[in-house]
Amino acid sequence: MVLQSSVKNCLQLSCVLRTPKAGFRSITSGGLIIQSISDDVYENLAVEDWIHDHMNLENQHVLFLWRNSPAVVIGRHQNPWQECNLRLLRQKNIKLARRRSGGGTVYHDLGNINLTFFTNRKKYERMENLKLVVKALKALCPHLDIHVTDRYDILLDGQYKISGTAAKLGRTTAYHHCTLLCNADKLVLSSVLKSPYKGLKSNATPSVPASVKNLFEEDSSLTCEMLLDAIAEEYAKHHQIDHHVTLINPADEFLLPGINNRVKELQNWEWVYGKTPRFSVSTCFNMVYNDSVLDVKVDMDIKHGRIEVCNIGLPEQWLPPALCSELMKSLTGSKFCPYETTTVATTLQRVCPQDDELHSRWNLLCENMMMLM
Amino acid sequence: VYIPRVRSCSSVGFIKSKYVCVFDKAALKFSHQQRLFRTSAVSCGQIVQFKLSDIGEGITEVTVKEWYIKEGDSVSQFDSICEVQSDKASVTITSRYDGIIRKLHYNLDDIAYVGKPLVDIEIDASKGVAPEEDVVETPPMCHEEHTHQEIKGHKTLATPAVRRLAMENNIKLSEVVGTGKDNRILKEDILNYLAKQTGAILPPSPKAEIFSPLPKSLPAAPKDKARKIPVPVSRPLTFSGKDKTEPVTGFHKAMVKTMSAALKIPHFGYCDEIDLTQLVQLREELKPVAQLRGIKLSFMPFFIKAASLGLLQYPVLNASLDESCQNVTYKASHNIGVAMDTEQGLIVPNVKNVQVCSVFEIAAELNRLQSLGSAGQLGTNELTGGTFTLSNIGTIGGTYAKPVILPPEVAIGALGKIQVLPRFNEKGEVFKAQIMNVSWSADHRIIDGATMARFSNLWKSYLENPASMLLDLK
Repeated sequence: MVLQSSVKNCLQLSCVLRTPKAGFRSITSGGLIIQSISDDVYENLAVEDWIHDHMNLENQHVLFLWRNSPAVVIGRHQNPWQECNLRLLRQKNIKLARRRSGGGTVYHDLGNINLTFFTNRKKYERMENLKLVVKALKALCPHLDIHVTDRYDILLDGQYKISGTAAKLGRTTAYHHCTLLCNADKLVLSSVLKSPYKGLKSNATPSVPASVKNLFEEDSSLTCEMLLDAIAEEYAKHHQIDHHVTLINPADEFLLPGINNRVKELQNWEWVYGKTPRFSVSTCFNMVYNDSVLDVKVDMDIKHGRIEVCNIGLPEQWLPPALCSELMKSLTGSKFCPYETTTVATTLQRVCPQDDELHSRWNLLCENMMMLM
Repeated sequence: VYIPRVRSCSSVGFIKSKYVCVFDKAALKFSHQQRLFRTSAVSCGQIVQFKLSDIGEGITEVTVKEWYIKEGDSVSQFDSICEVQSDKASVTITSRYDGIIRKLHYNLDDIAYVGKPLVDIEIDASKGVAPEEDVVETPPMCHEEHTHQEIKGHKTLATPAVRRLAMENNIKLSEVVGTGKDNRILKEDILNYLAKQTGAILPPSPKAEIFSPLPKSLPAAPKDKARKIPVPVSRPLTFSGKDKTEPVTGFHKAMVKTMSAALKIPHFGYCDEIDLTQLVQLREELKPVAQLRGIKLSFMPFFIKAASLGLLQYPVLNASLDESCQNVTYKASHNIGVAMDTEQGLIVPNVKNVQVCSVFEIAAELNRLQSLGSAGQLGTNELTGGTFTLSNIGTIGGTYAKPVILPPEVAIGALGKIQVLPRFNEKGEVFKAQIMNVSWSADHRIIDGATMARFSNLWKSYLENPASMLLDLK
């Protein structure tokens, strides 16, 4: 196992990564293994995008190895409110990313490894890739009871999910990526992947929850580095190439021109939240004010992550109706986001009648509205 | 007859007139043909049903998740049409033809079937129906294998329109460098190639900057194909930018209301200059002490505390006028707001009860508000209840400003940047002074100029001579 990062390798890589120009001889070797030196989920997803769009995979296969600092990654067509506890993510500073492939939601941290298999569109074959992973794991740990299901999951001991899969197909290239749990924080995983939001109705792809287990629990000598190395070795054997892993830096604009724009695109609110398929929220909650409990009913339609229709039903005269309608009007068109709601509500409060009682009611309502987001 | 697509008019128009001067008759023929733009939407073309192609892995049905085009849009070959999903795989379906979308066969979330029509595309009548496969220049090969092509080592991809252009100008596509996606040869590439043959100077196109490995085409000396006529100096520029209208929503909508209310307040302004030389020195001494306690010390905590001391003497500046202008409420707490520039826009969290806080405590609270602000986590408590505001616009730039009072407050101060300027001391000597300008605005209905001036003088004296603050600190 040797990871080299000499200048020579980077130059070779830059030749390989750029699409061949007219008259440039294309690389005849069958495969390439690259590993990211970054643990930023947006940077790594941007590398996947870049390879998918720029590399000529006519005669090559590429294996991309990467790991991320804590992040929740949702599938292309999913609804983050439905899939995870956004409040907890914000509190714990866990990033939220939307990938371009389909499938369900996963939690990444440094105890989880990610593998992306890039091929020509016609050579897209997920089973083959997963069997390769299983073979590598069994070579490392022969007693492991692992198998691939027909849903492209890898199960440990017949019941615990240790790997989930997703794929993206373009016009000429395709990629299949999967996770692999080595030593991830299961407590955080289960708490962030549980959505507290009620009353959501959506056509977004739902995730299928599964019990998970870390490979570390089966064999405490296993580390992520060992898994990455075993899989790289098996891949190299399978494609008859050198077991040589090239390190790449996703921040290198020279090596990967246009990569920084891709990273920005992936971090953009419009992509992460704005790409959520249309959904509605229909819920009610209780507010405790002085010594009484109030029922509040909320109905909202959200399109492109923005509130298209907003209806808040309060007990009569609890707030002046004009004010309530002003709040609903201002929320219409704004992002379905607690921060945006707070700034809208507090800015509007400046033009409300200056009454402490009124202000505390207004603030209470807004704080409760924020909890829905 | 070569008729370019309507969409590409603007980019080609830019180059058009130069070719009229530079090229020989072949190019003249080309530029003449450029004028025959097809602008009408007459459906004289053939409608082709674009079927959903094989996804692989034996999949027969997918769900349509997103449309990238709508009926009436024009598409080029290889443009993305829609995104479909099947069993954890997201697939981007791209167009096989150039033309106009006439019908979408599915709605969002419908199930689409492989082999059945996905969209109807009206193809330009003059071009005829494009072949079923991707248009390539390589000889037919066994579809089972992907053997390495020996002809220049690559496939040349180009739309039928581009191929025609090359053919009419006697250009071999294999000799042209493609700068489009997957090395696709674009119209610009043909034009670049032509330009190099005749030594003309073309403006660099944005894509060529990123992909092309060749140096920009500025020939050092005329080639054997001599330059004919010099390129004209003035060219008519066609600008194809369009106005963009968006609704005012969310935070901006709320600001419209607030600012409209602020407009009703009769503002008057009062400005002054403050010599911060001593304060700069004091802060330098105190910065490491604060750092040891884990707090970043800026100038703002001093400005805020000095303002609070001033408000103790002139409480009308910390008041609020009711809507009917019948009553003035003198607020007991000095909740001093600090304007922050965030991605959202202008946010004003406030430091509560400055009148009972030490400078250090104010600094700590500012740190907390700043980190909450950048994380987008400021709550209603932090953003409401302000009684007086300071805006440190000087961190961005500027000297004097005309700040707008934030209702329900009655005064606001804008602080310019600190500049090093020459000033005279008591002995008449010139010395280096750290000068900052302050611009106050106040509600003239309840505050008069004299009050504002006296408050400003008091605030100024505290800052110019920080030791004097010690006397009045509570």
